[in-house]
Amino acid sequence: MTTKAHAEAHTLEANAGHDHDDHGGAAHGSLKSYLIGFGLSVVLTAIPFWLVMTGAIADKQVTALIVLVLAAVQIVVHMIYFLHMNTRSENGWTMMAMIFTVVMVVIALTGSLWVMHHLNINMMPIHDMSQMP
Amino acid sequence: MSVATITTQDSEPVFHVIDEHDHPEGASTMLGFWIYLMSDCLIFAMLFATYGVLGGSYAAGPSPKDLFDLKLVALNTTMLLLSSITYGFAMLTMEKSRIGQTQLWLAITGLFGLAFLGIELTEFAHMIHEGATPQRSAFLSSFFTLVGTHGLHVTFGLVWLVTLMVQTARFGLTEANRRRLMCLSMFWHFLDVVWIGVFTFVYLLGMLR
Repeated sequence: MTTKAHAEAHTLEANAGHDHDDHGGAAHGSLKSYLIGFGLSVVLTAIPFWLVMTGAIADKQVTALIVLVLAAVQIVVHMIYFLHMNTRSENGWTMMAMIFTVVMVVIALTGSLWVMHHLNINMMPIHDMSQMP
Repeated sequence: MSVATITTQDSEPVFHVIDEHDHPEGASTMLGFWIYLMSDCLIFAMLFATYGVLGGSYAAGPSPKDLFDLKLVALNTTMLLLSSITYGFAMLTMEKSRIGQTQLWLAITGLFGLAFLGIELTEFAHMIHEGATPQRSAFLSSFFTLVGTHGLHVTFGLVWLVTLMVQTARFGLTEANRRRLMCLSMFWHFLDVVWIGVFTFVYLLGMLR
């Protein structure tokens, strides 16, 4: 093992291993991206509040659905414009961690609500007085 | 002959890196902090699931319609949203190394955060005064746990904010302070994301129940 080989190894490392540090770190925002994010957030917050406070749509289920969709969109807007989420920062590991978390959250939320809803329906005490002795 | 053999052995390419390459201080902090935020996200997901399951169990007590004032919640949401954008401005001025402006935006962010907490505590005090305590029903237990945990996060965020303002005033925008401010930035924006879930899932859908 010579110093030459050692130096070569370092060069290799510098080319392959250290390259990512230059553009692989956390992303930054610009004034424009913050303002776009803020504008979108204001609209996406105002619409659901207006819908519920005025009762503009008579059907409550439709209103609830729209409110939930707008919230999901606003979360994505915040992720992109405020938290600077993208597939490149930290070599994509932030995105991987987030996808994992989203999968866990979806399983836990839908699973809990689904199971407990059925449990509620099936184990509801029967208030049928004609059955009483 | 032996020399030639040695030469060929020496010129064989080395594929493994002998030394651990340098890790500059704080290089992995942002990723680590992101993973912390994701684990915090799981905590909130569990509290949301709890509220989703228990949110309709009033035990003949008050329901969301009796308790929630959407105007107050809208005002609260505005405070948190404004604090998010002002923190963004603090980060932008930090990148330009304008320390005075950074401190000013951080202070404004802190005031909006304080206003948010004040409004939330007023709401809680009002509810408790009316007898809607966490002990009243499963709905109220899960409500206070979820919204209270978020409020507690905001409180600790404010403590952190003041700490960093003092640090920045004493030591300037050093590399370490910039890193800390970026972590708090992620924390603060993350709390705003959780609040979207709270005002949608708890307040707006609660009024529609």
